[in-house]
Amino acid sequence: MQIVTATQTGKPAVRSGLSAHALADATLYGLTAAAGVLTIGLVVAIAVTLWRDSAGLHRTLSQVWQFLRGTEWDPVAEHFGALPFLYGSLLTSALALVLAAPAGVGAAIFLAEVVPGRLSQLLTTLTELLAAVPSVIYGLIGLLVLVPWMRQTAQPALSRWLGFLPLFAGPPYGVGFLTAGILLAVMILPFQISASRDALMAVPRTLREAALALGATPWETIARVVLPEARPGILAGTLLALGRALGETMAVTMVIGNAPTLSLSLFSPGYTIPAAIANEFTEATGPLHLQALEALGLVLLVMALITHLLGQWLPRRLRRVAR
Amino acid sequence: MSSSRLAVHGRRLFSGAMLALTGLCAFTAVTLLMGILGYLLVHGIAALNWAFLTRLPVPVGETGGGIANAVVGSARLVVLAVGLAAPPALLAAVYLSEWRDTRLASVLRAATSMLNSVPSIVVGLFVYGTIVVRQRHFSTFAGGVALAILLLPMTLQAAAAALEALPGSLREAAFALGASRLQTLSGILLPAAGPALLSAVLVAAARIAGETAPLLFTAFNNSYWSPGWNQPTASLPVTIYTYAISPYDDWHRQAWAAAAILLLAVVATSLITRGLLHARWRSHERP
Repeated sequence: MQIVTATQTGKPAVRSGLSAHALADATLYGLTAAAGVLTIGLVVAIAVTLWRDSAGLHRTLSQVWQFLRGTEWDPVAEHFGALPFLYGSLLTSALALVLAAPAGVGAAIFLAEVVPGRLSQLLTTLTELLAAVPSVIYGLIGLLVLVPWMRQTAQPALSRWLGFLPLFAGPPYGVGFLTAGILLAVMILPFQISASRDALMAVPRTLREAALALGATPWETIARVVLPEARPGILAGTLLALGRALGETMAVTMVIGNAPTLSLSLFSPGYTIPAAIANEFTEATGPLHLQALEALGLVLLVMALITHLLGQWLPRRLRRVAR
Repeated sequence: MSSSRLAVHGRRLFSGAMLALTGLCAFTAVTLLMGILGYLLVHGIAALNWAFLTRLPVPVGETGGGIANAVVGSARLVVLAVGLAAPPALLAAVYLSEWRDTRLASVLRAATSMLNSVPSIVVGLFVYGTIVVRQRHFSTFAGGVALAILLLPMTLQAAAAALEALPGSLREAAFALGASRLQTLSGILLPAAGPALLSAVLVAAARIAGETAPLLFTAFNNSYWSPGWNQPTASLPVTIYTYAISPYDDWHRQAWAAAAILLLAVVATSLITRGLLHARWRSHERP
């Protein structure tokens, strides 16, 4: 008879040799650990495969540098510069964050601090359903509804009132950076809302009561006491949303116009890394073109992983600084 | 005296205005959802009929035709992905909850969240480089593997959270009765976490059912039925994409209808899962 302890010491119960229990438990350990190793292996395999398949683009450091800051993308002449795609990815994601982060935090404050439990739960469920809508459906609505509206209504109005800014210069195509940014903002809104709401709900009730007892108004309580306490969680939500926006493919592909440009104007058609891969991969003109697209994928992977690691590290760091 | 009262009054007004503003934000989010659902249902259901669900697509220029092959293709892709990824995801989740303080567990936790943040198009590139290039053709199998890689970390995280949320007293009681780890797991922990584990799989399945990007160069597309697992296959998301970017009004109409079907399936799955979970919790709460 063997004694199994309930403590999580991390050692499988194989000490007592050949009892049936021990054998079963060792098998359990082996199987579950193998599944874990498989998962870890996948992450490594993805990075290694992309590195291998883009070999023609990073033989030397200067070649990498050329690829990253090259502005010309001409597959036929085999000129591959990634800068327009990098620019498009960063610009559309930044636009989406600027639009979605404040609105998402605002909605989360309403859900966590203003409305009572039952109604809050219902509204939260509804916003979380928004996250379940497949991205190709956002793309469909973007292409057939948002793009015509941008071209006929929003962009002419913007250029009439704010056309003196270089941001809103140029003809209203409908497709472009701004349209992609707006669509992305709608898509990442539920992530920002749900992470911020969780962070706000985790703030101890006593803090609110103390602030209210000192004579603060409800808004002062939220802005000066609750929000600072919830900041790390909200920031984690923002970075999660940023990761989603950077990697989003279909919806952006359908509304950005697919032209590798480096224009300051938000009305200009542009391109993002995922959109370029989605559009050109099955129609690549040669092996180097394929490798260049794989290299774009590698850049995207690195950007997504950096965002993810920041999302893990920054909130923890903020919490430590606060203490 | 009166000026300080005025200041209090102003602060109250400001507070009310700011709270109203947050309400506007929440209202906007909910309106967007309702608008999207409503618009899709109105446009999609108008184009839906039995023939649309049971026929194959027709060539460009002819009106009519259906998306039967895409519906079946999507179902097969999702079943394959769940079959491939759910078992290792659940096993690895068991590892995380049973041996949670080991070195492997912390590496696995980090790897899972990293895998979860890999953009889906990158997963498509990976499967292209490892399977499609070797097989020299697109296939249902390659598409299923791509979706499986997306399903794995989602299911793993949710399942591990469900197992870790079980009260420690359950495990201790079982161990105190002399049960082995396997007996504790199969007799006590898995049944207790059952609905949550099922929902972990279903939610992830609903999520990958709508994925398009990783299918573009793995499962590709097909205008006909796809026999076996080794041919390219049509799927609902890729069909929606192809029809949406086409210049034909009839194809746009069909894209709306296909989108309505896909959205109904995804939303129904997440609502059913939610319902199952809540029903289970309520029955537990009753004395």
